[in-house]
Amino acid sequence: MRGFLTAKGLIGAGIVMLVLAIALLAPLVIPDRMATAMDMRARLSGPSLSHIFGTDQLGRDLFFRVMLGAQTSVLIAGSAVLMSIVIGLPLGIVSGYYGGVIDNVLMRLVDTLLSFPALLLALTISAVLGPNLTNTIIAIGIAFTPFLARIIRGEALRVAQMPYVEAARAAGTTDFMMIVRHILPNIMPAIIVQGTISLAFAILAEAGLSFLGLGTQPPDASWGLMIQASRDYLDVAPWTALVPGAAVAITVLGLNMFGDVLRDVLDPRTAT
Amino acid sequence: MTEAIVTIDHLRVTFGKGADTVTAVKDVSFSIAPGETVCVVGESGSGKSVTSLSLMRLVEFGGGSIVDGRLTLMRKDGPIDLAQADTTTMRSIRGRDIGMIFQEPMTSLNPVFTIERQLTDGLRLHLGLTGSAARARALQLLRDVRIPEPERRLKQYPHELSGGMRQRVVIAIAMACEPRLLIADEPTTALDVTIQAEILALINRLKREKGMAVMFITHDMAVVAQIADRVVVMYRGDVVEEGPVAEIFANPKAEYTKALLAAVPRLGEMQGKAAPEPLRLVGQKFVPKSLPPAAQPEPLLEVKNLTTYFPVRGGPLRRHTANVHAVEDVSFTLNKGETLSLVGESGCGKSSCGRSILRLVEPTSGSVMLDRKDVLACNPRDLRHLRRDMQMIFQDPFASLNPYMRLMAQVAEPLRNFGLATGSDLIDRVAALFDRVDLPRSYMRRFPHELSGGQRQRIAIARALAVNPKLIIADEAVSALDVSVQAQVLNLMMELQADLGLSFLFISHDMAVVERVSHHVAVMYLGRIVEIGPRAAIFENPQHAYTKTLMLAVPIADPNTRKLDSDLSFKPIPSPMHDRSYRPTPSTYDTVAPGHLVLRD
Repeated sequence: MRGFLTAKGLIGAGIVMLVLAIALLAPLVIPDRMATAMDMRARLSGPSLSHIFGTDQLGRDLFFRVMLGAQTSVLIAGSAVLMSIVIGLPLGIVSGYYGGVIDNVLMRLVDTLLSFPALLLALTISAVLGPNLTNTIIAIGIAFTPFLARIIRGEALRVAQMPYVEAARAAGTTDFMMIVRHILPNIMPAIIVQGTISLAFAILAEAGLSFLGLGTQPPDASWGLMIQASRDYLDVAPWTALVPGAAVAITVLGLNMFGDVLRDVLDPRTAT
Repeated sequence: MTEAIVTIDHLRVTFGKGADTVTAVKDVSFSIAPGETVCVVGESGSGKSVTSLSLMRLVEFGGGSIVDGRLTLMRKDGPIDLAQADTTTMRSIRGRDIGMIFQEPMTSLNPVFTIERQLTDGLRLHLGLTGSAARARALQLLRDVRIPEPERRLKQYPHELSGGMRQRVVIAIAMACEPRLLIADEPTTALDVTIQAEILALINRLKREKGMAVMFITHDMAVVAQIADRVVVMYRGDVVEEGPVAEIFANPKAEYTKALLAAVPRLGEMQGKAAPEPLRLVGQKFVPKSLPPAAQPEPLLEVKNLTTYFPVRGGPLRRHTANVHAVEDVSFTLNKGETLSLVGESGCGKSSCGRSILRLVEPTSGSVMLDRKDVLACNPRDLRHLRRDMQMIFQDPFASLNPYMRLMAQVAEPLRNFGLATGSDLIDRVAALFDRVDLPRSYMRRFPHELSGGQRQRIAIARALAVNPKLIIADEAVSALDVSVQAQVLNLMMELQADLGLSFLFISHDMAVVERVSHHVAVMYLGRIVEIGPRAAIFENPQHAYTKTLMLAVPIADPNTRKLDSDLSFKPIPSPMHDRSYRPTPSTYDTVAPGHLVLRD
């Protein structure tokens, strides 16, 4: 666990905890109206004492919107990625470990899904199921599954050919125990890396869906929605894009650092 | 004595900075005269490769730095200190004054350029040869290294050549500008024994003809005995002994050299002995017991007509077009408490044979009886239980242990799989296994990366022993280990055999090791056993042409028995791939003596 006591570990874990704390606590502390109250006299005003991050095109306070938007963004991205791992992991492992016909059938299915752009797929699913929070999560989760399944399959295939897997088979290990004891721990690094990257993309995917009217519904705030709304005002009020953009960037950076350190901590070769 | 071409004087090389500095070479001095081969010998981590890379000043590219010492090279226009030379000078020296041969012939050639292009690169750069002059010289070089059909080879790419031919091309490239010093860093370690013999003879002849100085780096004492004029023994970054080759072998002075030589199995030294015998290592107190075969041999493993094909798929529909005949009609019997060795060169099917017996690959036909139980007829459930009786030790001690599992869990795994022990009983049994293979119990909490190669192989042995198997298949189990570690692991295996009555199917390419450990030996070639019999019969009275070839090619760790006087050229092994319609002839054997069978060609 000493890996977390490095600069990288502390910053990464710090950011992740801060974002989680905001996502959990902001809705309890900040009244909803603080983020939705419009002030037409103060439209697109820059950062000042009364609005420290400035305001958007409807005069809503960006600070409160970023704070409250954290919940939606984190919830959607986190749940969607979790869902894609929960579906993609068994698919990928079974495919990579057993190979043969199972692998062919599963991977052709995954390829079919992969041939649609992820956002288009999410859009279709979201349009069919209807725009609400749960359906947004399901849409993004399904759209991301093929990528994870592919990567996990590749890793499982690599690990399944390692001599220690053959050694374990020669020692009478059953398929189930093989996957639990040998395959899973050895593909964990890839899942962590891919998972943290996917989180960043999921935040942006939610933005895309919101932009098309299928994700978060106004007047609720989410980071993605805020970035999309800012596009008409980039030249006169760049902070409307920079504030939520920075929130996404910092979260992603924190997640990546956290993921890196987590991977190293879990690896006995680098954990000291 | 003529003036030395290269003189290394108090060389000191370190890696890393500040507190993490590691000194790879502490204080090394020696010199090499023209027409002389100096073998630098040592085990992994001794600094022998770092010394050679320092001469080329390539050590800097690996993060090392030469902190002290002089590296004097005699050039045409006088001596130069390589340690002080600038990059431009070094570039004109590399490939011109110093040629280098690397270990891995597969990766030291660029796969996207033709042989001609790679051969003429140095000629263009250093000698200014162009066009037809360069081609003529390249052709001459290929003839010098005795590559058949040199004209055709020029147009070919590396993947079209065999491993031996590739290494000849690498030597031709190193020789292109007639360097004054040739550095060969383990040039034959990755090669089969017949090809090794060819390459050693080639280097020896080129040295004689061109009067080069040769710095030959190796860990293999047998190779040293064959090729060296003088020997430099290195240990942990220091030279521990230096002298003429005969002197080193006959009368080693340093303790380390003595220990190293004692650990080397020598082909032929088991002559007249009835049973395998552990090596007598320096500093070992107990007297190793020999392993006489049982008076009434009881068969444990009976393999009959075992055949394994691997399908080759081709075409757009990936149709099954051909078969690789990995194991072809192999039959043998292994008795209880004895060791049968399968020996042969890479691709001869010895590993596939072992894996087929364990059903890690599915054999095509034949029968395998283990203790009167039919292995090939088992359903997956029964097979799992049968695997309690037969365990395997793999070649690569680094890859055959799961990096994410503690050693305790790795050794306990077979016990858990079969529900043989739980809780404190499990811990006790694992601890006992650690004692058995001479590893401290404190290692149980460790991870594989914290152990050395030899220690990991002990873990692999402990894991194989956990379920009290009757048969252990050891697939090149000591090939990746340093010679002193190899000797310890071999002794451990023989000790376990004596104590527990284990049977070993010992798969190896190393004739000297095989002679040490075996009761019976089977020589494999192209998937078939070409000769099988008691060890003494195979080694002292080989009958099949291929067995004789192998015996001829094996380097002997004795400088008085040199084999490299003339160029050697062995018949390359043909491809084991055949059309689906191909029907092989069954293996028929002539009996030379009781138990000694020779394949009829």
